[in-house]
Amino acid sequence: MNPVSFFHGVYPILRKRALAKEIYDLTLHAPDIAMAAQPGQFVHIRVDGFQLRRPISICEADPCRSTLRIVFEVRGDGTKALSQLPEGALLDLLGPLGKGFDILPGGKAVAVGGGIGVPPMLAAIQPYGNDGTVICGFRSATAVILQEDFVRAGAQTLLCTDDGTAGRKGFVTAALDELLRTEKPDIIYACGPQPMLKGVVALAQAHSIRCQVSLEERMGCGVGACLVCGCKAVKDGEEYIAHVCKDGPVFDSDAVIL
Amino acid sequence: MSDLPISPAQTASDDGHLAVRMCGIDFKNPIIPASGAFGFGREYESLYPLSRLGGISVKGMTLHKRDGNPMPRVAETPAGMLNSVGLQNPGVDYFIEHELPNLLTKDTVIIANCAGSTVEDCTEMAKKLNRTGVHMIELNISCPNVKAGGLAFGVDCQSAATVTHAVKNAAPDKPVMVKLSPNVTDITAIAKAVEAAGADAVSLINTLLGMRIDLASRRPILKQNVGGLSGPAVFPVAVRMVWQVANAVSIPVMGMGGVSTWKDAAEMMLAGATCVQVGAALFQNPLAPIEIIDGLRQYVEESGISSISDLIGGVQPW
Repeated sequence: MNPVSFFHGVYPILRKRALAKEIYDLTLHAPDIAMAAQPGQFVHIRVDGFQLRRPISICEADPCRSTLRIVFEVRGDGTKALSQLPEGALLDLLGPLGKGFDILPGGKAVAVGGGIGVPPMLAAIQPYGNDGTVICGFRSATAVILQEDFVRAGAQTLLCTDDGTAGRKGFVTAALDELLRTEKPDIIYACGPQPMLKGVVALAQAHSIRCQVSLEERMGCGVGACLVCGCKAVKDGEEYIAHVCKDGPVFDSDAVIL
Repeated sequence: MSDLPISPAQTASDDGHLAVRMCGIDFKNPIIPASGAFGFGREYESLYPLSRLGGISVKGMTLHKRDGNPMPRVAETPAGMLNSVGLQNPGVDYFIEHELPNLLTKDTVIIANCAGSTVEDCTEMAKKLNRTGVHMIELNISCPNVKAGGLAFGVDCQSAATVTHAVKNAAPDKPVMVKLSPNVTDITAIAKAVEAAGADAVSLINTLLGMRIDLASRRPILKQNVGGLSGPAVFPVAVRMVWQVANAVSIPVMGMGGVSTWKDAAEMMLAGATCVQVGAALFQNPLAPIEIIDGLRQYVEESGISSISDLIGGVQPW
């Protein structure tokens, strides 16, 4: 069993931006977490007045600048309160938590993100530079986020919207299907709604490409102690209940039942 | 109780004023992470040494491994949370083989929390645990999240007494503490029944049955529809029940339910608790047990009382 290693502290918000309607981008000064963070891991954020912390994936960690970037959507009262904190406010974080994406040095990767599943794809694709491709899907042009960041990371970007108001009209799975006809990446990363994940995993399997998915579940402790965030997983051919916070949020697609 | 394991309190000189004794066991301080909130202790070790804790009540175990309930298993509530984990655990044999040896090196009291759907299951577990180094058995007859057993024992005096008696006989070398449910008309009746059946202590309260419904989908948030409420919302209920039970029985009481601060813990002790467990508070603040211990230490120093145990049952009712 691996030793658990994460930090607990309060970290100031250096910068806050609204990226789209109800989507916020916070940059925090968090040297220890930024140093330790792996792509795909998350931080568990305490929000005053709420019993449970909010798990938010790490969008970008910069150990040189000691910064951590998180991008989240206002989904309820807790994330709303979080979105109302001003620059300079202190955030109580636990992190980095969970198991992140496996990065393959020298390999080629495709990252597929849907909606608020897009932010962790930035950390995942950055290590690949020009050998990375990102396929993002959003409801509409007004919901599109982070495209310049992916370009800055050197990745090729493919943008899809459900209504065709930006990029191509249609789902990310159609774009991925097309891409895989001409390219064979070493790994595919995916984060987004369940149907999208299933579609991506099916395509990866059809092309015999390794695939990792990042899952979401209502969480309690965030560190693997309380066991509320279960998900069906497979090990040595046997089904068992894994936990998204500790065994995930990133799983190999063949080790989890979506 | 002739060959009790080494008392962890013997190695904790700095916490002398915080030491309490319960069922012949010395606790270096009265603060114990509650069952279900702390796993088997591994997860929080990167934040503080487990030796700082008075004890650890481990994740509730059953005779055989259980996968638990379907997701979602958690919902937030005003000043609290609902859970419906359903006793997911690796089984008592796995605990004894893979978790207990590690826990016993941590210089703190280890409380084995166990639940069973039959008297036979409970007895079998007690026999196995009696042969180990666990310091105490906490018999959970109050889990609201499993259909068979669990709560079924905890809401009926006769069944509570039967299972307590059987477990006590099966584990004659361990103090047996029975964890009581608040989901009853009169908790003191159950407490008296398990005392008469041989319980060495009682712990209370387990969670209160609750429910949340999502307005948009008209579905309960929890997949099991209902679950156990914990957190600050239940604290006054827990204090009241600890007080009632402490007055009704002569065995010691371990108090729990919504304790988040050292003042809450002190209040629980005034109500009659010898030790205090901390559960839901860990999810908001993983340092809660440590901050509570530090707060109690400072309180003892500043108030000039000789020992934290002076607080136990010290409430002056009107």
